[in-house]
Order: sequence, then structure tokens, then C-alpha cells
Amino acid sequence: MRPFTYERARSPAEAAAAAQRPGARFIAGGTNLLDLMKLQIETPAHLIDVNGLGLDRIEAAPEGGLRIGALVRNTDLAADERVRRDYGVLSRALLAGATGQLRNKATTAGNLLQRTRCPYFYDTNTACNKRQPGSGCSAIGGSTRGLAVIGASEACIATHPSDMAVAMRALDAVVETVRPDGTERAIPVAAFHRLPGDTPHIETALEAGEFITAVTLPPPAGGRQFYRKVRDRASYAFALVSVAAVVQRDGTGRVALGGVAHKPWRVEAAEGELPRGAGPAMAAILEGARPTHENAFKVKLAERALAAVLAEAKG
Amino acid sequence: MQEGKEFQLSRRGLAIVTAAAAAATGGPPAAQAQTGAAASPPASAPAMEKVSLVVNGQRHALELDARTTLLDTLREHLHLTGSKKGCDHGQCGACTVMVDGRRIYSCLTLAVMHEGDEVTTIEGLGKPGDLHPMQAAFVKHDGYQCGYCTPGQICASVAMLAEIKAGVPSHVSADLTAAPQLTADEIRERMSGNICRCGAYSNIVEAITEVAGRQA
Ligand SMILES: Cc1cc2nc3c(=O)[nH]c(=O)nc-3n(C[C@H](O)[C@H](O)[C@H](O)COP(=O)(O)OP(=O)(O)OC[C@H]3O[C@@H](n4cnc5c(N)ncnc54)[C@H](O)[C@@H]3O)c2cc1C
Ligand code: SF4
Ligand code: FES
Ligand code: FES
Repeated sequence: MRPFTYERARSPAEAAAAAQRPGARFIAGGTNLLDLMKLQIETPAHLIDVNGLGLDRIEAAPEGGLRIGALVRNTDLAADERVRRDYGVLSRALLAGATGQLRNKATTAGNLLQRTRCPYFYDTNTACNKRQPGSGCSAIGGSTRGLAVIGASEACIATHPSDMAVAMRALDAVVETVRPDGTERAIPVAAFHRLPGDTPHIETALEAGEFITAVTLPPPAGGRQFYRKVRDRASYAFALVSVAAVVQRDGTGRVALGGVAHKPWRVEAAEGELPRGAGPAMAAILEGARPTHENAFKVKLAERALAAVLAEAKG
Repeated sequence: MQEGKEFQLSRRGLAIVTAAAAAATGGPPAAQAQTGAAASPPASAPAMEKVSLVVNGQRHALELDARTTLLDTLREHLHLTGSKKGCDHGQCGACTVMVDGRRIYSCLTLAVMHEGDEVTTIEGLGKPGDLHPMQAAFVKHDGYQCGYCTPGQICASVAMLAEIKAGVPSHVSADLTAAPQLTADEIRERMSGNICRCGAYSNIVEAITEVAGRQA
């Protein structure tokens, strides 16, 4: 790990202001950042510890939803009674991710901002445009089994690894932030994560030093809610493909996918196909997919995972 | 381990420890250069931070390189070597300890992030002659072979049973809104964050099941 200086922030505004320092980064649970710092993939010069800010509460939002503090731990969010009752897909997605020990540390904001698990991103001996802009992409033409099938670019074909973010996309969550100059804004999760394009190192809509204070869920979407994750082992593994779904009694609903793209993948315009079944719906959701020979299985797997969800919704 | 005394670490002592660690790992040249420069720190000298931790009921005031993980603090500075380093990347569970009663991986957190926190390690759960029920059950059921994962397994299982008691659901809970059941499936899923290279899993589940049954 490279040396860094360390401070504990006392308010969100103070944290955002401190982030203007060159090389400064926030640290929350630390479960992603420290992992990457040990490998010198991340090399912050200054760490701003935001654990003491009291942003660890889940409150009823005035519009009827829930306002989740940025520092709420994944365990506590998954176990919250209101989340279990009204936002089951979110609880399920969180519980499908990582392990008990990691969920006890991982935070709402940190989970949204966790970085890709592309093996070349982790291997500092290889070229990677995300790790070192302009160096090239070792995955293209390399091992691509776990990588994206849609929305990728000539510069990067990585996926976003978060389970929680996929559920939040299905629920139309909104990310609340404060910027170093003190101004606040709200970013829909739909616009929060970016596709790689030719700047795969820029992963979100956040500006330099922008601090996440909370994530807001709109009023409950109702219906039956599912999170189906397919992975190489039954637990403690990232998704090959995952399906977050909210299915209403009449067969309409929403679907977001994990493991297939650089961000949670949802195509609202395709959701009209849902009552016709998983085949037509997934064909519309993944229209334009360009899988490699190694990860073409993900397209079929996504359709089958959705078929299983729709069958369960009927049962 | 000295009882009742605070463990003081000199700057020199720390430099030696860090140099040894760098040598052992063949660590990056930057880290070795830093340790040699303790007398006149260059711009990249490690930042030293004060932190106080309550470990197994005993308070320790420490001054550490800000980079020191909680695991390295426990093992290298407090000489509590029960917590093990398997992967140092959150992938094995050998370093599991409890902080304020909750299980975490001590390798993926910095000591300075735990000012005033109460840490419980395997040494704090029980001692030879006065074992924690979970330690005794692991012995009785042969819940290990080489023993390397065992301290992490035991800390994780004690905290895991508390999570079930508190009503935290899991990936295998059929009904999210009901109280979680104490089944073997639940125990396996909830213990998936502790890998056992020797494959002692079935005996580990038996040990935990026995303790859980006695608690219920
Ligand atoms: C072995 C292993 C397995 C895992 N498996 C899964 C899995 O199956 N599914 C899954 O979804 N995840 C998985 N994870 C990832 C885990 O969920 C993330 O590491 C965790 O959610 C990150 O949260 P954190 O609070 O620890 O973030 P940190 O590591 O503290 O921070 C991550 C990033 O977010 C930034 N940040 C943090 N808080 C804020 C804020 N409030 N405002 C602005 N920026 C902020 C930090 O600067 C940093 O860049 C796994 C991790 C490990 C190590
Ligand atoms: S896919 Fe993206 S993250 Fe992976 S090597 Fe290519 S540029 Fe890097
Ligand atoms: S040493 Fe911490 S999880 Fe492996
Ligand atoms: S007993 Fe050897 S690793 Fe578990």
C-alpha cells in the first residue's frame, strides 16, 4: 500500500470540501478500496474516513418511500423490516452478495461505487484502459467468460459487479449527493453508472469530490419481487448473470440485469414484452448484444433465469 | 500477552516490524525505502496516527502507520496471533474477528478506522481450561483438521448465531418476513464466508448446530 494521510470527517460538507485535496478519497467500509490499495490499483494520497457522519439511518421519505443513509451497512439494509416487506428485491439482492462479514462492513454508497472484477483490471502486469487510461484492453481477445455482452466498447468490456445496484435500478432509486462547493443534487440510479465508451475509467456521473449522502427509494412498487443470481458456486461469488424483477399480478413488471454490462442493465421500452414470456422479453432487453464465444452463454442464461422468475411469479 | 499493561510501541520497534514484513513479502521497493527513512522522513514517509482500541476487554493506545490493517495490528503489534492471515483480500475468512459484536474481516479494515471500538478475537472468547461453548463444540466434533481457519470459523459462528437471533435473513431464507430458522442450510449459507481448505465443513456444521440447539 502506498502511504497516505488520514482524517476523520465530521460532516458531509466537510467531507466534500476535504475531497478537493489532490489524491483524496473517501473511505467507508473499505472492503473494496483497501483491497485495491493493497494491489496499488488505487493509490490515494489522502483518505477521508466518513464512518462517523451519522449517515447510518433508514428514514421514511416524505413522498412515501425510504431514504437510506449512505453509510447504512448492507446487513442492516437487508434486514430492515420495511425493506423486507416492501422492497424484497433489494433485500434479496443484498443477501445474494458477498458474505456476512463483508455485508457487515459494506455500505450503501460504497457498494454502488465498487469497481469491476475484470481479471485484467486486477492484474497490474497487463494493459487495462480502466486502470491505466490509453494502455489498451487485455480482455478483448483474452479471457471474456465473465465480461459484458451488451453496451461494451472497443475500449472496455467489463461488467459492474454489484448485486444491490441491480435491485436499485429496478426500483428507480435516486442517489443524493453534496459537491465540494456545498451544492446538493439528486441523480437517478438510471443515470448514475455510465457505459464505458472511450473513457472506461470514468464510471459514474459523480464529479470530483462529490459525496453521496443517501439513496432514496420511491414508494413501494408492489407486485412480487425477485432477485435470481446465477454464479459458479452457491455462495460467496459474483454473478455470471442476475435478474432483479418486480412482477405484477397482470404479468406486467420491471426487469434489471446484473453481470451483463458495465452498469445494471434495464430497458424500460422492452418491459411491455413481459406478459408474452421470457423469450420475447429477454430478446428485447438484450437486443443488440454482442457476446464473445466465451460468454455467449450469458444471453441464454439470462432468458432462463427470467423464465424461472416468471414461473415463480405465477405459482 | 501482558495483562493489564498497555502495549507501547516505539517508532524504532515499528520500523523493525515493518522492515521485516517488507523483507518477508519481498515487498515493493517503495515500502522498504520508507522504513529506512525513519530518521529524516521524506515526503512519502508513512503517516503515523494515534488510535485506541479495546481488545478483549483491554484498552490499548497505539501509534501506527495509517496503513496498518486491524489484522496486522492484532497480530504484529498486540501479538494476538490467533486471528490468521489467509488471503489478506477478504476472500477466505481466516481473519474474522468481532467488532462491537459484529463479525468482520480484519484484513479489509484499517486500525485507525476503529477508534474506541471493542474488538473480540479468538483469544478473548475463551482460554484453555475455560473454553467458550463454541470452542468446546469444535473440539468435541472435530471441526478442523490443520486448524488454520478455525479461529475465524469460531468467531464467525458465534456472531452468526447472534445474527439469526436478531432476525437477520439470509439468501436461503424462504420467507423474508418470517424469523429465520436454524437449519443446516441456513448455517451453511451464513458460514460461506469462511473457507476451510481441509474441508472440515460437515463437522463445523455439527458443532454449530449443537451450540445453537443449546441456546434455543
Ligand atoms: C471477496 C469479496 C466478494 C464480494 N462479493 C460480492 C458480491 O457477490 N456481490 C456484490 O455486490 N459485492 C460483492 N463484493 C463487494 C462488496 O459488496 C463491496 O466491496 C462493498 O459493497 C463496498 O462498500 P464499502 O463501503 O466497503 O466501500 P469502500 O471500499 O469504502 O469504498 C468504495 C468506493 O466508494 C467510495 N465511497 C464510499 N462511500 C462514499 C460516499 N458516501 N460518497 C462518495 N464516494 C464514496 C470510495 O471512495 C471508494 O472509491 C465482494 C467483495 C469481496 C472482497
Ligand atoms: S475490460 Fe475494461 S477493465 Fe477489463 S481489461 Fe479491458 S479495459 Fe480493463
Ligand atoms: S485474511 Fe481476511 S479474509 Fe482472508
Ligand atoms: S482446518 Fe485446515 S483450513 Fe480448515
